[in-house]
Order: sequence, then structure tokens, then C-alpha cells
Amino acid sequence: MHAIEKILAKASGRTFVKAGEIISAKVDFAEINDLYLQTIKSFDEMGGEMVWDRNRLTFVFDHYAPAPTIKSAAIHQEMRDFAKVNHLTHHFDINEGVCHQVMPEHGVICPGTIVVATDSHTTTHGAFGAFGTGIGATDMATVMMTGELWFRVPEIIEIRIEGTPPKNVLPKDVVLSILGKLKADGAVYKAIEFSGSYIKQLDVPGRMVICNMAVEMGAKTAYMQPNDAVLKYVGERAQFPFEVHYSDEDFAFSETHHFDITHLSPQIAMPHSVDNVVAIEAVPQIKVNQGFIGTCTGGRVEDIAIAAKILKGHKLDRYVRLVVIPASKEVLQTCMKLGYIQDLIDAGATISTPGCGPCLGAHEGILAPGEVCITASNRNFPGRMGSVAAEIYLASPATVAASVKNGYISDPRQV
Amino acid sequence: MKTQIEGAVIILKDNIDTDQIYPGRYLELVNPEEIKTHCLEGVSPEIAKHFIPGDIIVAGRNFGCGSSREHAPIALKHLGVSLIIADSFARIFYRNALNLGLPLIICKGLSEKLKAGDSLSVDLTQSVIKIAATGETFDCEHIGEHALSILEAGGIKPLMKKRFQKKEGNERS
Repeated sequence: MHAIEKILAKASGRTFVKAGEIISAKVDFAEINDLYLQTIKSFDEMGGEMVWDRNRLTFVFDHYAPAPTIKSAAIHQEMRDFAKVNHLTHHFDINEGVCHQVMPEHGVICPGTIVVATDSHTTTHGAFGAFGTGIGATDMATVMMTGELWFRVPEIIEIRIEGTPPKNVLPKDVVLSILGKLKADGAVYKAIEFSGSYIKQLDVPGRMVICNMAVEMGAKTAYMQPNDAVLKYVGERAQFPFEVHYSDEDFAFSETHHFDITHLSPQIAMPHSVDNVVAIEAVPQIKVNQGFIGTCTGGRVEDIAIAAKILKGHKLDRYVRLVVIPASKEVLQTCMKLGYIQDLIDAGATISTPGCGPCLGAHEGILAPGEVCITASNRNFPGRMGSVAAEIYLASPATVAASVKNGYISDPRQV
Repeated sequence: MKTQIEGAVIILKDNIDTDQIYPGRYLELVNPEEIKTHCLEGVSPEIAKHFIPGDIIVAGRNFGCGSSREHAPIALKHLGVSLIIADSFARIFYRNALNLGLPLIICKGLSEKLKAGDSLSVDLTQSVIKIAATGETFDCEHIGEHALSILEAGGIKPLMKKRFQKKEGNERS
């Protein structure tokens, strides 16, 4: 069996599972973000009274942090009331950050566990050797009531990544290059294991970026075998006992893809699809109105650090904007201590509260018709960040910084 | 759930994501009657206005990709979509629709064989689609027993209600 299958077998009380089987598995941790008041509505509708385990469910207010409208404020209010009534052990209000950053920081994500959240980017937690998957509100309501959920055991695709990328070519570039090849439906209903020499030595933030974007290929979950960096990170924070699973030598993947990133160029996903990926050399001179560094994909210390390094001592053109939103309070505090926030503000950046920001078009940097945004976030669908007539280019934080520095999409190897 | 479905088709292309089905700026809405008015606004603001309850959506690959927002199937269901047929579905959307009792089936390449205004008659248990005007038929993938049982119950909510009522009943007796 694969490690993913061992996780599912253990959670469903079986010794063996195989692809295609429908199982009912116990959930180790569940998270609801502030878009999903429907979870509470479905919970009430189905006759729910108290949640199954107050230690294993939390709300994270990230999409509307702090509340931009009366309606979103009312959603927060109702969720806070629910959290209080159920005496939830964990609660992450508007002062914490994006759920996929906040949860690992607080030690609720552990190797070998099943994590569900009302957010498609829950695949991020494969970085820690967890089975993370996004679910909708009504699925979540059944978890809130029973602590269990049905799953189809997925086929597993192996993506082997070898080599070391050139300077200023980042994990985001690596995953965009894979997305360009496998396409937006390359892994629908399947799981992806990322492996190879690059992944073995990759740090925690880099692993999170790659697993995060696995869902853009349609993947149900992502997996990376925990390395020393992961075990150190989790060891310092874990709130629950955990077990690291290992795949059997003879496990057969449904497909294997090989990537060598030794000579990889910075990658750009052009509008309006995540898989419309080209190397930066093929991008013509495109003027940018806004850059965005933030989110569960591109808002970690390393992302902000590289932007600060590229922009330190430089002044942005007065008509070019850079919105920087640290992924969490911890990220913001670290970046403040290290001076990155000061450098970015001096360069002309706008810093906003940890959270999802404009990634999904709710607030804090919405685009007007005809505007061009280059972003370290994860989706460039039509209208994702505001007007359907705006253009969104996905790139690494280094490419975003280089681009706002020059005022047009630029190669970070040359700044 | 009806296992025989008839309706006129609305044809959509590949990779219709949930931002196009239900734009992020309306996610704070909670009333389905309000939610449905923004259905498919990211594809065209006109679709919801001209929609006739019972219409069938026929799409290309990866329908419902992107965000896990349940607003997307809620909008489609309350607008009156009777069935979604696609080359493939994104996983979270598929589960969300199923949970709400909104039927969906996979039939590869169908969207390319239809034109706007065509009507279909679909037998979900037999997995057969027929173009009403020509009588031409297409086989589609079988929904699967587990999914079919959820659809037949009218979604996951009636199933859960039943399960929890039973539990309470047992405890009392």
C-alpha cells in the first residue's frame, strides 16, 4: 500500500484499502473558514446539536479578515456564537491569518492524519505527510455531526522532481511548470505524491507551495514523505500524537511523471487559466498595474523576504501598486523583526492584515476592468480578483517583485 | 429523485470554474433565492435571467474546478438546473452537487455533438442520453451505487436526518 492508503485504512478501521473503494474514515482535524456559514445551516437542518469533538474542529476567519461588509460581519458573529456554544478549544479570529498557514503553525496538522477544511487548498497539508482535502459545507456538516466522512480511495500519481533550480527560481515556478504539463484536470479525483531529490531536501514553506497548487490540477490530495525539516517543524508544535506512514516498496502508481528543474526558467500562468503556463522568456513586455504577494500559496516569510531583497532601496513608480499580505500573524511578526516590512513600505508597498486579501475578489486590492495584476497567489480565473475584464498573471513572489520594480512583467534572475 | 430527466440544453465549455459559476464577491449571501440570481454570472450575466427551470447543462472537461464554495451548486440547483452532464467534473464540486441532490453524469464529448436549443431525454439508471429531435443516443458513465443512493434519497441531508432520528429513537427506547 501507499502511505496515503495506509492513512485511509487506519482511519477507516481496516488493514487494507485499494483505489476505487468507498470507505468511511474518521477525521482528525476539521476547519471551517468564514465563507461557509452554510456549514452551520446544514448542521442545524440535519438535526445537529453539539459538534462531535470540540478539540478537533475550528473556525479560521481569513477570507473576510477584518470584515469588509455588514453581511460578512454577521457571518463572523454567528460563527463566534457557534464556537462559544460548542466550547471549541481552538478559535482563530480576524487577527490570525490564512487557515493553511495558521493551522500548521498551531500544531493541529500532523503527519499521518486526515484533515478536511472548507477550502480547496487543503491539499497544502500533504507537505506534512497528512491527508488533506477540501470539502463543501454540507460534507463539513456531516463531519461536525459524526467526525467521519465517506471517501473514494484515490488512484495515486507520482511526480518525481530532480535537480536544484537556478537562483530566484522558486517552488512556485516548479509547480507552475508541472501544472503547465499536466493541465488543470490532470489529476481529477486522484492523489499526487511529489517525490525525488528536490522534494527530499525541500524546506517546509517550499513543500507547502507545491502541495497547495496540487488542487489546481484537480487533485483530491497531495503527499510528500516527511523529511527532517518537517519532523522538526511538527515536533516543536504538534498538539496530537501522530504516526508517519511509509509506502511499500512494491506500490504501483497509476502514472509517473519526471521533471528535471536544473535549468528551469521562472514560469508565468497567463490569463485566464492556471495551466496556461509559459517560461518568462516567452512573455512579451506587459505593463502591470498591481502586484500581489500573499495567500496560502505565496505569503510566507520566504516569499516576503525575496520581495524585500529585490525591492530594498528602490521606489515603485507612483502608478504601480504592490499589495503585500503576510499569510499569518507569525509571518508578519517575523517579517517585521527581520526588517522586510520596513523595506517594502519604504519601496511603496501597501501592507494589509494577514488573511486571503484580494485573492478571491472579496476586498483589499480588487482589480478594475482592463487592469493587469501579477500575483504570487493561485488562481487567474476570469473575475477571480474583481472585474472579469482584468488580467491576472500567476508567478513566483520573486517575479512579482521584479515586475513591479520595472513596471512590466520581468525576469527575477535579472534584477 | 427523478431518474428520467428531460430538458433543453445550455452548452458550456471546458474548465468552467466555481468563480465563473458563482463570483467570489457574492459569497457573503446566504439566502438561496438571492444566491441563484448570480448563477453563472462569470460566464454571462444573461444566463440566469433567461434560464428555464428544468434546463440541462452540458459542459466540457473539469466542470466546477477551483474553489470549494457550495454556493456554486446551490445557485445551479435553485435556478432549476435538472441535470449537469460534462466530460469530467472537479471533485469537490461533484461531491457538493451530489450532497444537495443535484444529479450529474459524465458523458465524454457530448457538448461537441449538441447545439443550443437541442433537447435531451436522459435515463440516469440506464446511463443513456437521447437527443429528442433525432433519437440519437449516447452511453454515459454509470453514476455508481454509492452516489446513486445519495441522489435517490434527495441528497445527504435527508439521509443524515434519518440516521440521527433513528439514533435518538433508539436511545429513548
